[in-house]
Amino acid sequence: MTVSGWLHIVIYGLVVLAVTKPLGIYLYRVFEDPKRPGPRVFRSLEALSYRLGGVNPEKEQTWPEYALALLLFSLAGVAATYALLRLQYCLPFNPQKLNPMPPDLAFNTAASFVTNTNWQAYGGEVTLSYFSQMAALAWQNFVSAAAGLAVALVLARGLTRRPVAPAGEGKATVGNFWVDMLRALMYLFLPVCLAVALFLVSQGVIQTLSPYLEITTLEGGAQTLPLGPVASQEAIKIFGINGGGFFNANSAHPFENPTPLTNLLQMALIFAIPAALTYTYGRLAGDQRQGWVIFGAMAFMFLVGAAVTYWAEARGNPALAGLPVNQLPGNLEGKEIRFGVAASSLFAAITTAASCGAVNAMHDSFTPLGGLMLLLNIQLGEVIFGGVGAGLYGMLIFVLLAVFIAGLMVGRTPEYLGKKIEGREIKLAMLYLLVFPLIILGLSAWAAAAPYALAALNNAGPHGLSEILYACSSAGGNNGSAFAGLNANTPWWNISLGIAMLFGRFWMMIPVLGIAGSMAARKTAPPSLGTFPTNGLLFMVLLVGVVLIVGALTFLPVLSLGPLLEEFLARQGRLF
Amino acid sequence: MTIHPRPEISLLNKAILRQAAADSFNKLAPQRVMRNPVMFVVEVGALLTTLLWLRDLVAPAAGAEPLWFTGQVTLWLWFTVLFANFAEAVAEGRGKAQAASLKKMRREIPARKLVNGGEVQVPASSLRQGDTVVVEAGDYIPGDGDVIEGIASVDESAVTGESAPVIREAGGDRSAVTGGTKVLSDRIVVRITADPGDSFLDKMIALVEGAVRHKTKNEIALHILLVGLTIVFLVACVTLVPVAAYSRITLSTTVIAALLVCLIPTTIGGLLSAIGIAGMDRLIRKNVLAMSGRAVEAAGDVDSLLLDKTGTITLGNRLASELLPAAGVTLGELAMAAGVASVADETPEGRSIVAFVTKNFGLTEPSLHLEGAHFIPFSAHTRLSGCDLEGLSIRKGAVDAICQQVQSLGGEVPADLEEVVHRIGDAGGTPLAVSQGSRFLGVIHLKDVIKADIRERFVRFRAMGIKTVMVTGDNPRTAATIAREAGVDDFLAEATPERKMRLIMEEQAQGKIVAMTGDGTNDAPALAQADVGLAMNTGTQAAKEAGNMIDLDSDPTKLLEVVEVGKQLLMTRGALTTFSIANDVAKYFAILPAMFVMVYPEIAPINLMGLTSPRSAILSAVIFNALIIVLLIPLALKGVRYRPLGAAALLRRLVLVYGLGGLVAPFVGIKAIDLLLQALT
Repeated sequence: MTVSGWLHIVIYGLVVLAVTKPLGIYLYRVFEDPKRPGPRVFRSLEALSYRLGGVNPEKEQTWPEYALALLLFSLAGVAATYALLRLQYCLPFNPQKLNPMPPDLAFNTAASFVTNTNWQAYGGEVTLSYFSQMAALAWQNFVSAAAGLAVALVLARGLTRRPVAPAGEGKATVGNFWVDMLRALMYLFLPVCLAVALFLVSQGVIQTLSPYLEITTLEGGAQTLPLGPVASQEAIKIFGINGGGFFNANSAHPFENPTPLTNLLQMALIFAIPAALTYTYGRLAGDQRQGWVIFGAMAFMFLVGAAVTYWAEARGNPALAGLPVNQLPGNLEGKEIRFGVAASSLFAAITTAASCGAVNAMHDSFTPLGGLMLLLNIQLGEVIFGGVGAGLYGMLIFVLLAVFIAGLMVGRTPEYLGKKIEGREIKLAMLYLLVFPLIILGLSAWAAAAPYALAALNNAGPHGLSEILYACSSAGGNNGSAFAGLNANTPWWNISLGIAMLFGRFWMMIPVLGIAGSMAARKTAPPSLGTFPTNGLLFMVLLVGVVLIVGALTFLPVLSLGPLLEEFLARQGRLF
Repeated sequence: MTIHPRPEISLLNKAILRQAAADSFNKLAPQRVMRNPVMFVVEVGALLTTLLWLRDLVAPAAGAEPLWFTGQVTLWLWFTVLFANFAEAVAEGRGKAQAASLKKMRREIPARKLVNGGEVQVPASSLRQGDTVVVEAGDYIPGDGDVIEGIASVDESAVTGESAPVIREAGGDRSAVTGGTKVLSDRIVVRITADPGDSFLDKMIALVEGAVRHKTKNEIALHILLVGLTIVFLVACVTLVPVAAYSRITLSTTVIAALLVCLIPTTIGGLLSAIGIAGMDRLIRKNVLAMSGRAVEAAGDVDSLLLDKTGTITLGNRLASELLPAAGVTLGELAMAAGVASVADETPEGRSIVAFVTKNFGLTEPSLHLEGAHFIPFSAHTRLSGCDLEGLSIRKGAVDAICQQVQSLGGEVPADLEEVVHRIGDAGGTPLAVSQGSRFLGVIHLKDVIKADIRERFVRFRAMGIKTVMVTGDNPRTAATIAREAGVDDFLAEATPERKMRLIMEEQAQGKIVAMTGDGTNDAPALAQADVGLAMNTGTQAAKEAGNMIDLDSDPTKLLEVVEVGKQLLMTRGALTTFSIANDVAKYFAILPAMFVMVYPEIAPINLMGLTSPRSAILSAVIFNALIIVLLIPLALKGVRYRPLGAAALLRRLVLVYGLGGLVAPFVGIKAIDLLLQALT
């Protein structure tokens, strides 16, 4: 561990903090202010789009209508992406004459990009045409991020709106899906990504449609140098917390992440929207502290996770502890020397906490405890900043649970922001909560018992179990990063993980929308001395406690057989 | 009125405990346990391990756990279910004991039914709504009803626990009588208002027995949470088997069942229904009958409290303290008119006026009873009372009402009246105007006396975050003075039943939960509208029907205790839920190393408690899990102590005790049990 390493984490934290408020206000204005920001041409374009699409922007939807629109839109996305991947050989921009993707892999990839997971069971440069990268994947990168943001907005509206007259259950409106999607794309993702792409190009990220280069290396060997329209996809990969790299090496590849500056920018962009959304939420709630409490809980868990990861990696490999090996630089296996231990550990902590999945180092090569933190970041439910929107709505579900469990202790029916929490919300919240263990543990257990699943493993023992757990967690949590070490491109893994990603996305979104719908209709009581305060330090502590206990206890048994056991065995010098 | 708590039925009452112990076995029937999914999972686990034990007894499978271990785990799993049943049975037992004493009153009483003017002897059970009966000294009243004729002293101790007899009379707000109570003197005619099986006594028996218990909203929500957590842990435990098998660890069903039972929230799951029953029971012991658990829960949520000034904040009797004659009227003239208008008025104010004028102006009470006087009773609408005498109408009442009366008859109101009224109002008094025909005679100063301990009570309410609103017919100035002196947050002056109703609805429209007390018939609509309506037992039948709680002591300030019981109920649930969930951390650290350490001795460092052997660790966790239910039964029955601290401070306190305590306690407990087991073997 070095001072500059710790400073790296601190500076990063300050950058995120600095972005939170201005971007938060901007988001609020885009979605909730009738006088939206930006040049007038945006508003004209927006109006034109509504006319063309036959959408009445003034007409809001009830939650079932909203959910239906979201599901149909996503279903169409899966179908279109699947078709494009299968048909890429007869579509343009395929200079390398790449073949169609096999059906199971195409399904997996379509599910992966529609769910904002970006799990990649393929290597981009050897599998996908430029057209597939741009039309199928980059497009989904944009709209899947916008859809996540939309769901978070709906929940925030449901919790914070004050109905004038109490509407019946399911009658209250929560926004218009098409309007939210369009505004997210037009005011947020497109302009920011355009700017970021240009900046990345200035730093050396490539952007071309030329065929791959055949070059002769200094040693005289022949090498194919893959190229492509990278910068345009890199921007949304990071800002939309998608994480699907253009190249297989992802952000470790110099064409994707060439300089320390691009590395810092990428890390900052990953947390930008989820951090800002907490501010937007505070503004919607009419009490900025409500937003900061959520930010604080996220930041606390993130910093602890990042610190432990950095400590574990800087400490070196416990298995080599007694040997005459210089471990001073830390555990460098699987890390880019140009980033080093600190920037790699930090990037890994960020990408797993936010459900991004972009990587600049090999997570499989992390020390057992470092890997444990990464796994835990995902398994806590992707609520430590989390995905675009998904982080906020996930955390808000934990907020509701914390309010319900602890709120009873002040002797009142638990209420959040003046709205009472009742059986219906708890039922939906538990449904949401159930998805995670069911997918992650269910699938891991199946894989651990099935020879055809185990055949894909590169490592045995607890490390092999960590690889299984990581793959299932990454899919279920819509993270998309890979521990690797697992050859996931087999029919069983492709199909099971594809289904896991779809459930991990939509089975969680629908209860969230349901909660938004019923809370939107609920009356708001003014706070009094007797109401449970949710805008202070005590609640932040409670929230962290509930996330850790409810979120983590489920996974403790399997984690102790995976990374934890590996750590203890490594201390005895045993490797896997 | 003094509060006479029902005789405390001790927790250690032998008869109840014996009955409860027997009941805990009866409650093992699966169809009964099924109602509580958390305990049902435990029972299924216990059944499984029992079968395993029997199998191993006959033909031990290869690699099976030793017989003593499976047997012990099985035993403690069964105990876990039994302890939960026991908690519920103890809670129910206390209610049943009270119900039994009430049932004794429900014996067959002969009734003297009035049929076409004549009396007919019929059994009380044949009486229907609308029948009229005669009851004389020494008789039991055969059914609930209203006195329509006569006045009598009634011993209601069987229902209220209050031994002093109460007066019941026709008309007014003291007309309701309860079946099973005994008339001590005089004769009354009662119109029956309840069919058999539907009487107050029947309802009360059903309530204390817990026969009509429906789950409340919060209880349902909490149940869902617990079921959800149970499923989550079920998934975690079941999936652990193949994952462990991958790691070359064979987990026996016994061990998995033990882990599952330790992780699912059995503590709160086992005590949940006992907490609910005990909450109702606590209210009953405070002599308050809640018609539903919902009402009790709503009491905990109360934001605004509407309190009648008279009888609640001030002593019922406002006392006449000064006579202020109008210009051109002598003091004697005013005193005479005031006395004549009040002599037939049985309200405390009326009596105090008569007492005041007889004491200070040399008048005698008989001299005020004038021949041919026709008494006009007070009505909430005219806000006047008085008497008509040979074309002369003497009235007393609210100042504006008298002014209206005088002006409508062509009379004039003195110019300095407003000043006089303000002076009285500023002093916290109530002005009462007196008129004779179209002549305005003057003003009586009625002094309000604020109850001794009421200020402290309001301080407590404020600390709870509850807004108190004083409701009074007084003018705003008087109301403001009394409100200030008593320390209420707000007041509604010149209240009419309609304005009171409107106030309740306005508060509710803001999302607030409103509570009020009332006894009169004109309170009935507001009592029904309020979320918590505490009716006084001395009140009218209409009021008692409209409210969702009845205070048998008829003490309006009892609302404070009702609110506290409601809060306690929720707090106890929340505290035990938090405790139960926090417990899991320690149990993991007991059981996980025990499961894995045989194959991977390297994992020993996570055996934080240093438990002696894997089997003893698992057994200790299971025993702790079962015993904690028993240890917490007293807390579940008594409830977490409520302190009027404000939510933030209260929460800090409870999180510390039950959250942090819940984390630490099992570490200590499991270690202690492990040491004990070691010492025993």
